[in-house]
Amino acid sequence: MKLKTVALAAAFSLTSALSAIAEPVKVGMITTLSGGGAGLGIDVRDGFMLAVKKSGNKDIEVVIEDDTRKPDIAVQLADKMIQSEKVDILTGIIWSNLAMAVVPAATAQGKFYLSPNAGPSALAGKGCHANYFNVAWQNDNLHEAAGAYANDAGFKNSFVMAPNYPAGKDALTGYKRFFSGNVADEVYTKLGQKDYAAEIAQIRASGADSVFFFLPGGMGIAFMKQYAASGVDIPLVGPAFSFDQGILQAVGDAALGVKNTSQWNKDIDNAANKAFVEGFQAEYGRLPSLYASQGYDTANLILSAMGKASVKDADAFRAALKQADFDSVRGEFKFGSNQHPVQNIYVREVIREGDVLTNKIIATGLENHADAYAGDCAL
Amino acid sequence: MSIVLLAEQILNGLQFGIMLFLMAAGLTLIFGVMGLINLAHGSLYMVGAFAAAAVAGYTGSFLFALLAALMAAAIAGAIVEMVVIRRLYNRDHLDQVLATFALILIFSEGTRWLFGSFPLFLDIPSYLAGPVKLPGGIEYPLYRIVLIVVGLLIAGGLGLMISKTRIGIQIRAGENDREMIAALGVDISKLYTLVFALGAALAGLAGALVGAIQSVEVGMGEPVLILAFVVIVIGGIGSIKGALVGSVLVGLTDTLGGVFLPQFFKLFLDVSSATNVGSSVASMAIYILMGCVLIWRPTGLYGKQQ
Repeated sequence: MKLKTVALAAAFSLTSALSAIAEPVKVGMITTLSGGGAGLGIDVRDGFMLAVKKSGNKDIEVVIEDDTRKPDIAVQLADKMIQSEKVDILTGIIWSNLAMAVVPAATAQGKFYLSPNAGPSALAGKGCHANYFNVAWQNDNLHEAAGAYANDAGFKNSFVMAPNYPAGKDALTGYKRFFSGNVADEVYTKLGQKDYAAEIAQIRASGADSVFFFLPGGMGIAFMKQYAASGVDIPLVGPAFSFDQGILQAVGDAALGVKNTSQWNKDIDNAANKAFVEGFQAEYGRLPSLYASQGYDTANLILSAMGKASVKDADAFRAALKQADFDSVRGEFKFGSNQHPVQNIYVREVIREGDVLTNKIIATGLENHADAYAGDCAL
Repeated sequence: MSIVLLAEQILNGLQFGIMLFLMAAGLTLIFGVMGLINLAHGSLYMVGAFAAAAVAGYTGSFLFALLAALMAAAIAGAIVEMVVIRRLYNRDHLDQVLATFALILIFSEGTRWLFGSFPLFLDIPSYLAGPVKLPGGIEYPLYRIVLIVVGLLIAGGLGLMISKTRIGIQIRAGENDREMIAALGVDISKLYTLVFALGAALAGLAGALVGAIQSVEVGMGEPVLILAFVVIVIGGIGSIKGALVGSVLVGLTDTLGGVFLPQFFKLFLDVSSATNVGSSVASMAIYILMGCVLIWRPTGLYGKQQ
């Protein structure tokens, strides 16, 4: 009788332990799938879903919604996902202003938020939260690496330019934090500006020996084409956002040879990255971008934590996330104290491979780089 | 600030203004003749750019691409007029705004469905690439000079058409009294379709010309549309001349404001806050201009005085 009870208890505890691990997880993905900038959200979604599909894990359910790049819609979607869909984890937001509108409220309600892209400084320092993990980078990181690269390349006098919005200011701050030379001129453009003739004339007149610019998406395409046509030949440096796989073909040969900084590239040599690049091409018929790699890593991080703890046990699940025990496509991946990545940032060069333009890593810009705000975080 | 740089910036402003004119001309004609607020005008700009990118990719010829842009936008415009817009002439402006806003969404998602979400490639042809030396030592991109010339030619042609041709007379008559010209036997619905298609073709041409130096992507038309509305409010609704003057004013204000306002604030502020304040004020400059013009002339520079 006694033996039977013990066996029963053991069996019970075993099943409950098993069920803890097999607990279904519902992920709510809010990302930009229509309007300007939809390419970024689509890549994050495709990378994420590729990882889920490859894992064969049937316990993860993903609800995907389109925020159309509007903060108010993102907030509505987050409320809906938390209250009626009852998701456990939120992810997917591309833009920092949308992240600022959604993340603090979601984490305050006890949900996990894993950022596959936006990394505003406000959420890395004083505003950090135990349930907020950034799987991509803190906004300043790639720009800091660009500053470090400019020093290595021997540039002494940079013309710096970014759109006039929070991430643009983070960009110039990041670049100047590491660039030790002189800033010839600092220009803020309008967000969404497509004509850069006036700025190019200023660049020509500035006497700078290098130009650092952060113009994501269509703004970068426009600038690159106009810069090439203007005949100004001062070397350009920038973060990966203007040279990512989704837009390089639209920029065309104007981008060839430009140095840009990224935490990922398709030629990083490890098994996970190889499987990702091949799998992505087989599934979607195009080369993955850095956004796709971030989506893929985010999904794998969730899957790795699901194998270790139940999402209903927030403390255990958080600890499992924090271990970051998954094969990142970037190679080694770990979180710093504020739950932002500590990672290598590489310098890439735009090259032509057959018919397509793509990037090749030429150097490591910053090794095991953490962000500047970790010290302000109370975690 | 050297004279060369100033001259270059004035050329930039002029070129920007002339391209705005191609958008604003169609918008002001449609508003003036039919009394219709067409928010979907930006979508026709996008249609032109995408048609040009597709044809340029297929044939490799920039001239064919421009022709395709004109045709595609004109056809899209004519179809939209016959299917949707025709039902809106007698409704109030709110219904028009609602319906044409729906058209923006339909065009955007339709384009995404056809071409995908990633920007398309459209570049200037090699014979127009590169800079040229202008008198006075200004190095200026050849393509932008071509844009200015093409835009001015179209403006001249449009002016002649409105003032000298039969169709121009009908358009002006339609603006003044649409019942009367219908009574005189002019097929008003054909005239409306024609004006709409003409406006659409100009927008499509602007999209293709500008798309070659900017980016061809979904949603590219809406920022230009807002500026085009500012232009026609400044110039006076229904006036082609007003659209031209308004466009050049807006182009120059926007470009020169963006360059000189930060410099101006640097005189009495430190560099980083001067850049900040300067760029913020510069983005407001055209709206301030619009406000001033409206205070001085409430119907715009060349609008009909009430």
